Amino acid sequence: MIAEYGHFALILALALALMQAIIPQIGAFAGNRLWMSTVRPLVAAQTLFVLISFGCLIFLFLNDDFSVRYVAENSNTLLPDRYKISAVWGAHEGSLLLWVFILALWSSAVSIFSANLPAHLVARVLAVMGFISVGFYFFLLFTSNPFDRSLPFFPSEGADLNPLLQDVGLIFHPPMLYMGYVGLSVAFSFSIAALLSGDTDSAWARWVRPWTLVSWIFLTLGISLGSWWAYYELGWGGWWFWDPVENASFMPWLVCTALIHSLSATEKRGVFRSWTLLLAIIAFSLSLLGTFLVRSGVLTSVHAFASDPTRGVFILTFLVIVIGGSLLLFALKGPTKNAPSGFSDLSKEMFILINNLLLMSLTVVILLGTLYPLIADVLGWGKISVGPPYFNLFFVPLTLLLAILMPIGSVLRWKRSTTVSVRHYFNGPLVCSIFLGGLFPFFYEGYEPIAAVTVMVALWIIFITLRDVWRKSAQTSRSVLHGLIRLNASYYGMVVAHIGVAICIIGVGLTSTYSVQRDIRMEPGDQVNVAGYQFKFVAIGPFKGPNYIADQAEIAVTRDDSAVAVLYPQKRRYLASGQTMTEASIDSGIFRDLYVALGEPLKGEAWALRVYVKPFVIWIWLGSAFIALGALIALLDRRYRINRRKAVHA
Amino acid sequence: MAGVTQNDKTHMVQLVYRLKLFLPLLIFIIVAVFLVVALGRDPNAMPSALLDRSVPEFSLRVLGDEDRYVGQEIFLGEPSLLNVWATWCFSCRIEHSYLLKLSSQGVRIVGLNYKDNGKKAKNWLLEMKDPYALSIIDNIGRFAMNLGVFGAPETYLIDGMGIIRYKHVGVIDDRIWYDHLLPVWESIK
Repeated sequence: MIAEYGHFALILALALALMQAIIPQIGAFAGNRLWMSTVRPLVAAQTLFVLISFGCLIFLFLNDDFSVRYVAENSNTLLPDRYKISAVWGAHEGSLLLWVFILALWSSAVSIFSANLPAHLVARVLAVMGFISVGFYFFLLFTSNPFDRSLPFFPSEGADLNPLLQDVGLIFHPPMLYMGYVGLSVAFSFSIAALLSGDTDSAWARWVRPWTLVSWIFLTLGISLGSWWAYYELGWGGWWFWDPVENASFMPWLVCTALIHSLSATEKRGVFRSWTLLLAIIAFSLSLLGTFLVRSGVLTSVHAFASDPTRGVFILTFLVIVIGGSLLLFALKGPTKNAPSGFSDLSKEMFILINNLLLMSLTVVILLGTLYPLIADVLGWGKISVGPPYFNLFFVPLTLLLAILMPIGSVLRWKRSTTVSVRHYFNGPLVCSIFLGGLFPFFYEGYEPIAAVTVMVALWIIFITLRDVWRKSAQTSRSVLHGLIRLNASYYGMVVAHIGVAICIIGVGLTSTYSVQRDIRMEPGDQVNVAGYQFKFVAIGPFKGPNYIADQAEIAVTRDDSAVAVLYPQKRRYLASGQTMTEASIDSGIFRDLYVALGEPLKGEAWALRVYVKPFVIWIWLGSAFIALGALIALLDRRYRINRRKAVHA
Repeated sequence: MAGVTQNDKTHMVQLVYRLKLFLPLLIFIIVAVFLVVALGRDPNAMPSALLDRSVPEFSLRVLGDEDRYVGQEIFLGEPSLLNVWATWCFSCRIEHSYLLKLSSQGVRIVGLNYKDNGKKAKNWLLEMKDPYALSIIDNIGRFAMNLGVFGAPETYLIDGMGIIRYKHVGVIDDRIWYDHLLPVWESIK
C-alpha cells in the first residue's frame, strides 16, 4: 500500500500546486487580499504532501519492495542501507521527485522568510514557483512515475544500483546540485514577479541577492563534489571532463556568478536593471535546460541514464512555455530606463560589466560546445562531439583575462576612480607577483612557463585583495584592528571568495602542468619510480565487500627510503549486475596526491597499473570551498537580516 | 515644435531599446528549434563513428572450434546481428531467451564472446541453448574496442556487405526489436 500512498500524496501535491499557481496570482492582479493570503497555507500543504511522497519512496527502497518497478531497477537486497537511500535519486524518476521536493522546500523557505515583503509580491513569487512545480508534477505522474508497480510478475531480486553511483560522494552530490539548480528558481520567480507588477527598482535586487547567494553556495559545493567524485571514483585521475552533464551544471553556475555581481551594481547604483532581470531568467533557464539535456538523452554521456523521447518532448514543451514565456514577458515589460547615474571607464560598474560579458562569453562557449553534436547532427554533419581541446582553447584565455581583471574591479570605487589614485594599488602587487611567480617553477623539475603564469595570476589576485583589506581598515579607522571589525560581511565574503578563485587557479594550473602518469605492468615484488616516489607492488589478493568481490592490491610508497603511504586499490565485480569497477586508492596531501588504480589482469600474477603523482590537485576543491565560504560570509551581512525592521523602503 | 521632435526622439530611443529586449527571445527560439529537431532522432543509435562503415578488421578464434580463425568474411553474403555477450553479464542472461526466439525465426546472429572464460561460455551455451551461428572469442577486447563497444550486451546490425547499419546498447526485447531493429533489418534484408 505504501507505493499507493506515495502516488496519492503526489497527486494531492499536484492539485495543491495548481491552486498555488493560480489563486494567488489572480489575487495579485485583482488586488484581492484574501486570495493572495492563500499562498502560504498552500505552499505548506504542498510541501507536506510531497514530503510524504518522498518518504514513501525511501521506505519502499529500505524495504526492498521489488513489485515497484523503479525500486527493482535500482536497488538490491545486498545494497547497504545508505546506498538504498541514495538509490532513491540514483535514476530518472527518483531524481525528478527529489527535484520537485527541493522546489517545495525552497518555496517554503521563501514563504517563511518573506514576512517583510509586500503581500502582492510574495503571492506572485510563490505562484510562479507553484507553476514550475505543476510542470514537474505532471512530468512525474504522466511520464516517469516512480511508484509504478510491475504486477503481477515482479522480480524477486532487484537489478542493483549502478556501481558507479555506489559511493559516499554520490549520496550528497545530487541533492547539493539540485539545491543549487532549484534555488535559482527563486531569483527567477522574483524576476517574473517584478516584470508582472512593473516594479523593477533596486529594492528588488536587495531581496533577490541573499537567495541567489544561497543557491550559488549549493551550486559551487555540488559541482565541486561532483568533480571530486569523478576524480577518485572513475579511476582516470581526471577531475573535469567537459562532459555534457558537467557542462549542464557549470553553465548555471557561471550565469549565477554573473548575476551575483550585477545584482550588487543594481542594488547599490540602480544600473543594469533589465540585464539583471535577464540574467535571473537565463540562470534558471539553463538549470532547466540542464535537466532537459541530462534527462532527455539528446546528448549521450556517461551520466545520461534516461533516454526516452516522450519524456524529452514533455520537458521540451515545458521548457518552451517557461523560458519562452518569461523571455517574451521580459521583451514586453522589461524596463527600458536605467537610473540616471552614469559611470566612467574606470569604475566598479564598468568592471562588473566586463566581468558579466566574460562570464556570459564563457557560458556561450560551453553552450555551443555542449550542443555542437546536436547542431552537427541536425545539419547533417554526422554525429561529432567537440572535446576538451575546444573547451580549453577558449576557456583558458577567457578565464585568465577574467582572473586578471577581477582584483582590479574589486578595489575600484563606484561611479569613478581616477587613474592617479588607483595606480599605486597595483604597482607593488604587479612587481611582487611577476617576480615570485617567475621564480616558482625553479623549485620544480623542469621550468614550465604555464606554471609561472599560473602562480603570477594567483598571487596578483591575493596581493591586491589583501592590500585592499589593509588599506580599507587602516584608512577609515583609528587602528587597523578597529578598521577590520568595521568592514562589513559582504566585503569579507568577496575577499574570501576571490582568494578562493586564486587557490583554484593554482590547483588547476599546477596539476595540469606537473602531473605525472605512468601505465605499467607490474607483478608482486616489482617497483617503479614515479616523480621521485617509489611504488612497490607488495601483493594482490581477494577481498569481499557487502555486495561485491574484488581483487585488492597492496602498494607501498616510499620516498628517499622513508615510508609515505600504503595504498589499496581494488578491482571490483558487483554480484548483482556483474559489472566490474575500478576503485582507485589515493593518498591526499596539500602539495601532492598519490593515486593508484588497478587496470586489467595480465598473464600470471601481473596486472596493468595506473600510477599518478598529482601536485596541488586538492587545491582545486579547497579553492571551491573558499568560494562557497565567501558567499556564506556575505550572506551574514546586516543588510540581508530577515528580521530587519521594515525592509521595504525602496 | 522643437519639444515634439525631442519627444519623438526619446520615443525612438525607447523603441529601439525595447526591440533589443526581444533579442534573448529570438536566440532562444533558434536553440529550441534545434532541440526539437534533434529530439526526433535516436541519440543512442550510433554514437561511434562506425555507422555505415565496414566492420573493423579482425582475426579471432571461434568458440567451440578454437583452432579456427575467422575474419570479416563471416559477415559477407547475408545480413547478421552481431551480439556482444559474456557469462559475467547479468543482462545477457535476460536477453538470451529473446535471441533464441530471433534465431528460430531465421535471424542470423553472430556472437562476440567478450572478455570471458571459454569453459564457462561453452557451458552457458550448452545449458541455455545456442542462438548463435557462431561465436567469436575476444578475450582482450581489442576487436570490441575497435568496434566501439561500451559493455555487454550490445547488438550491431550488419548488412550482407559487412557494413554496420545500426547499433543498440542494452538488452533487446520485443519493444526494442519492433521499434528500432526490425525496420533497419527489413531494409537490409
